[in-house]
Amino acid sequence: MKLNKKSKDNYITYAIVMVAYLIFQILSATGNLSSHMTGLLVPMTYYAVIAVALNLCVGILGELSIGHCGFMCIGAFSSAFFSKLTENVLAWPIRFFLAFVIGIAFAALFGFLIGIPVLRLKGDYLAIVTLAFGEIIKNVINAFYIGVDGNGVHFSMKNSMELNMEPDGNLIINGAMGITGTPHNSNFTIGIIVLLLSLFVVQNLINSRDGRAIMAVRDNYIAAEATGINVTRYKMMAFVLSAAIAGAAGVLFSHNITTLTASSQYFGYNASIMILVYVVLGGIGNIRGSVIAACVLYLLPELLRGFSTYRMLIYSIVLIVMMIVNWSPRVIEKREKLAAKIGFGSRKKIAR
Amino acid sequence: MALLEVNNLCISFGGLRAVDDFNITIEKGELYGLIGPNGAGKTTVFNLLTGVYKPNEGIIRLDGKDITRKSTTEINHEGIARTFQNIRLFKDMSVIDNVKVGLSERFKYSMIEGILHIGNYKKVEKEMDEEAMKLLSVFDLDKERDTLAANLPYGKQRKLEIARAMATNPKLLLLDEPAAGMNPNETGELMDTIALVRKEFGMTILLIEHDMKLVSGICEKLTVLNFGRVLCQGETKTVLSDPEVIKAYLGE
Repeated sequence: MKLNKKSKDNYITYAIVMVAYLIFQILSATGNLSSHMTGLLVPMTYYAVIAVALNLCVGILGELSIGHCGFMCIGAFSSAFFSKLTENVLAWPIRFFLAFVIGIAFAALFGFLIGIPVLRLKGDYLAIVTLAFGEIIKNVINAFYIGVDGNGVHFSMKNSMELNMEPDGNLIINGAMGITGTPHNSNFTIGIIVLLLSLFVVQNLINSRDGRAIMAVRDNYIAAEATGINVTRYKMMAFVLSAAIAGAAGVLFSHNITTLTASSQYFGYNASIMILVYVVLGGIGNIRGSVIAACVLYLLPELLRGFSTYRMLIYSIVLIVMMIVNWSPRVIEKREKLAAKIGFGSRKKIAR
Repeated sequence: MALLEVNNLCISFGGLRAVDDFNITIEKGELYGLIGPNGAGKTTVFNLLTGVYKPNEGIIRLDGKDITRKSTTEINHEGIARTFQNIRLFKDMSVIDNVKVGLSERFKYSMIEGILHIGNYKKVEKEMDEEAMKLLSVFDLDKERDTLAANLPYGKQRKLEIARAMATNPKLLLLDEPAAGMNPNETGELMDTIALVRKEFGMTILLIEHDMKLVSGICEKLTVLNFGRVLCQGETKTVLSDPEVIKAYLGE
């Protein structure tokens, strides 16, 4: 079967991810991976997943969201809550699968609810409001106390004493202390599977009727309306899907750490900006680019720990180099010539 | 029955009556011109017809159906497609994808089928490709199918905009200054394109234009707007020799 250029492009992306997976697996099997590195593998996958999600929102839909960690937070907490609740009831594969369903569903639901006011805005205003919602989600979760005992679920927003639970009650969400002891079900293989699935969903979407409509809205919404595209519907579709994928990243996240707290370090403004950096440096609208950028930029500061003093200096130089390689018109021209020589054809000339 | 019937259309922006008591009747298959000096309200009429603005008064009927207060998207589904004075293409998408956006209302499959590439996806996409290529070859754009719309030369961008509008299978096509910024050669080519659209698709067209060579060359009927009011209406020849029109627009 002759592949057209777009599906060929998609397969290259899947191949890159799988090759990277194999390399890490071989390194790990032969004992060449330090325990520190092994610990970085799962975070690398969920940051790649959320970078894909954010690129759907920023690059394909064209709306700058800087609150995506909020959706990740919702996915993380809803799924961790579920897993804690059913820890001794369900076998882990089923439970973890359902945790994904729940995390994704909740993130999508909140994507929809937040999308209703947010998608009425444009540009900078939209960015500011998503930022605010991201912070609100984090802070509200910090005030949640939820426990379960024989009488059912107890809920409070004051403190754990207010729950009035039986002595044998199980405190699940303990305010700012978060959720402790979520089962560690995430591993590198599952992370890669989730990444491949989200790539599959996003890349296929782009090459479908709905994806084209979404990109039409991005490029010119006035023309899109006049061409019979229901702008609100497609904006919402892309935003909800993006939130849902971010939720999946959150599920991986929460099942990879012992104590899940809605802290600024993981879900705050800085974390959202960091993911935006992955997307921008990987190339806005370039899904493969965001995966690569997320992996490289996540691992780099960790790998540079040996250089201690010069760590952030090297990191920033890498950021600048990536920016030039990906965005400078001259470099793009050179890259295209090189690609044409090798025989891949020019990437810029075909639509992304 | 006329294809487009507009009665007593009015819109004010603050104290300004941008369009006042506008009437027009366009029969099926006609090529109708809307002319007038700058600021006369021609584009405002287009925006009223396509639902970008909602009129204060008046009724718009397409094929006998009242479409007055519908949204832009709904009006497109009813059968009015348009182009813009300042070209509005989906510029980061390929030429064929621009046309396929226009086709997406007629060639459908569900979102799930689209995401998983299952079910009707392959079949419908193939039909869309064929239909899009048919349209592109009419407009002589088939060789540029994978070029980004933004990288097309100006004249071809204009053509692509018309092709995209045609992809929505309209009953009435509105062209807003299609020859703006074109040299005489390109204008000539555009006139051929418009003639071709009429021949191939039997399309009814309403166009705004300042290029009098184009207007007198292809329009069958004209309406002249001045300060938001209809100054004169009728057969092209009669209108262009009307002393009022000459005074207000053409120059003595």
